[in-house]
Amino acid sequence: MKPSAASMRARPALRSVRAGLRDSLFLYAAAIAGALLLAAGLVAITGESWSGVPKALLDGAFLAPGRWGDTLTIAAPMLLVALGMVVAVKGGFFNIGQEGQLLMGALAMSLAGTKFAGPGPVLLVSGLVLGAVAGGAYAGIAAAMRFRRGVPEVISTLLLVFVAYQMVGFAITTDWLLRDLDPDRPSQAVSSAPLPESVRLPMISVFGNEFHIGVVIALLAAGAGAFLLLRSVPGFKLRLLGFSPEVARQAGVPVERGGRLALFLSGAFAGLSGAVMLSGGASSARLTAGFSTEIGWQGLLVALVARNRPLVCIPVALVFAALRTGSGFLAATGVDRKVVDVIQALLVLALLLPPAVRFVLDRPRATAGADQGGPDG
Amino acid sequence: MGDFLRASADIFTNPVLYSSAIRLGAFLAFAALGELVAERSGTINISVEGSLLAGAFGGAMASSLTGSVWAGLVAGAVVGWLVAMVQANTSHRLAADQFVVGITLNVLVLGVVGFLDAAFDPVPGRAAVLEIPVLSDVPLLGPALFGQTWPTYFLYPLIPLTWWLLHRTRWGLEVRTVGENPQAADVSGVYVNLRRRQAIYYGGALAGLGGGFLVLGQVGSFDPGVVGGRGFIAIAAVYFGGWTLGGALLGAFLFGLADAFRLAVPVLGYQMNAQLLAALPYLLTLAVMYSITKRFRQPAALARPFARGLR
Repeated sequence: MKPSAASMRARPALRSVRAGLRDSLFLYAAAIAGALLLAAGLVAITGESWSGVPKALLDGAFLAPGRWGDTLTIAAPMLLVALGMVVAVKGGFFNIGQEGQLLMGALAMSLAGTKFAGPGPVLLVSGLVLGAVAGGAYAGIAAAMRFRRGVPEVISTLLLVFVAYQMVGFAITTDWLLRDLDPDRPSQAVSSAPLPESVRLPMISVFGNEFHIGVVIALLAAGAGAFLLLRSVPGFKLRLLGFSPEVARQAGVPVERGGRLALFLSGAFAGLSGAVMLSGGASSARLTAGFSTEIGWQGLLVALVARNRPLVCIPVALVFAALRTGSGFLAATGVDRKVVDVIQALLVLALLLPPAVRFVLDRPRATAGADQGGPDG
Repeated sequence: MGDFLRASADIFTNPVLYSSAIRLGAFLAFAALGELVAERSGTINISVEGSLLAGAFGGAMASSLTGSVWAGLVAGAVVGWLVAMVQANTSHRLAADQFVVGITLNVLVLGVVGFLDAAFDPVPGRAAVLEIPVLSDVPLLGPALFGQTWPTYFLYPLIPLTWWLLHRTRWGLEVRTVGENPQAADVSGVYVNLRRRQAIYYGGALAGLGGGFLVLGQVGSFDPGVVGGRGFIAIAAVYFGGWTLGGALLGAFLFGLADAFRLAVPVLGYQMNAQLLAALPYLLTLAVMYSITKRFRQPAALARPFARGLR
């Protein structure tokens, strides 16, 4: 919820900005402190010591040799998913099926890379494009259901995730689809064949840290997304659509086509994310049943925390990825690594509260200027 | 295709199928009853999934500690209500977006439950089967409806109770009004967001009870994937039922039937694609929502936040 414009106008501008900033900072600090305290309390309940956790997380995420490369490698697909979420929410849609769309993208990449012959770069690029299209088309199913029959996309996108799990399961257990038929494959777990080396994303190596070029792609996408959303006509139309479909209609924005496009783009980002993960070598570049490793869900949370500002998604994705890579070093402290899931979710909830609290604090002076409290609120 | 039809005919004439459909659909029916009330008040309460899972874990913990199924069910309802407390107060007191809060809560519950489950590893009890005399001897429906574990029977009085609450009390009238036209309700002196919060509390408590039932009356063990996204099926069931009580129950048990069918296929010695069977309930739900949603009129203010001055 934005602090309402009317309340700003009611007071001398500078004082209100400074007071507002102080209040907000205090609220955010209090919320984050509360979240960390709760997490610490939860650890205390299980009888373990909290003290070693921050250092272990920091070591695992950044300080130990080669770790920040891993963190970047995980942050990139999260950022892509988050950008897709931003596009959907700005258009007024709540696509929460990124996990499934991501899997569709990885599936398409796997098909393109292992079932066709051709020069590596061509296969790689066409795999990435196909991945994006597959993810977008999968979100398109939800869009069609929404615009033809009024089925809310919140529910349909989510149900489609569970269908996607099974589709991947089918693909990797079926001989004529993706199943790895190599009798000497290293693990007996069912999976697709690995992408050939020539169809992988190029790696970048800095100070002994390796990450793939998908990191650059994601950063560029965030920059481009920010520019297009905030400074271009199509981006303005999209935001208008999300602000009020009625106003958009009056202004001549094609509501249904715009909505379909927003959902398609949102799914395409998730699909691209899946293709980037696979060609970046996640799970040895093999498609497996658990391939997505919840990147889809976490990318969604990144967008929520960043309040749908594309550039803010970058640091948030980095923090979330750091929690994940950092959790690998927790074993030595005796605290279960699942504690990072708790910390993460508590942080998300905590960061949700300050704007909501501000809305209530501002309310006695003015509610009339408040906006609809859409998902970007 | 002929094989498939013969197999289906064989499975659908087997009375055990219907018994297990009730068994597998009951926890969804609990959740769907609560979700119905929440949606009639104007909230798509996504955190029903979190309430279910929290209730399941709370039930498992309490029964593991006390050895009593009763304590587990009560604890399940309380924990489910706690999740609903957070949902209701952040979305209808602090005015954060209801979907954002719901998703966050689901993730939070999954994280906390996963962490606590790894630390405590509860061993829940399992409720005994209670065959109600006379009634369970009725052919066909008797064993399905009255030959279940005893917590199942909590569901039956809750159905008329929920109907009575929604349609025969002043509270229910106000709940339905704030879901249809919150501005008008507000002008007539109804405290809109309070009614919405209360409706969510009711939904959360029932979902928590359903979660407790899932662990104690159906599965008999706990793991963090025990609900596995089926809370969203409860939401879909409410849509399926066109926001009526009977329809929502029908939706819940139809899903139970699909689940029972999936389990019955290999047991009765038939071969069918495992992934297709696993996806079947979700595909069915999607297909039904596609064909049915437009036919019913949803609560006019569904998923719209209320504050004075908003429209």
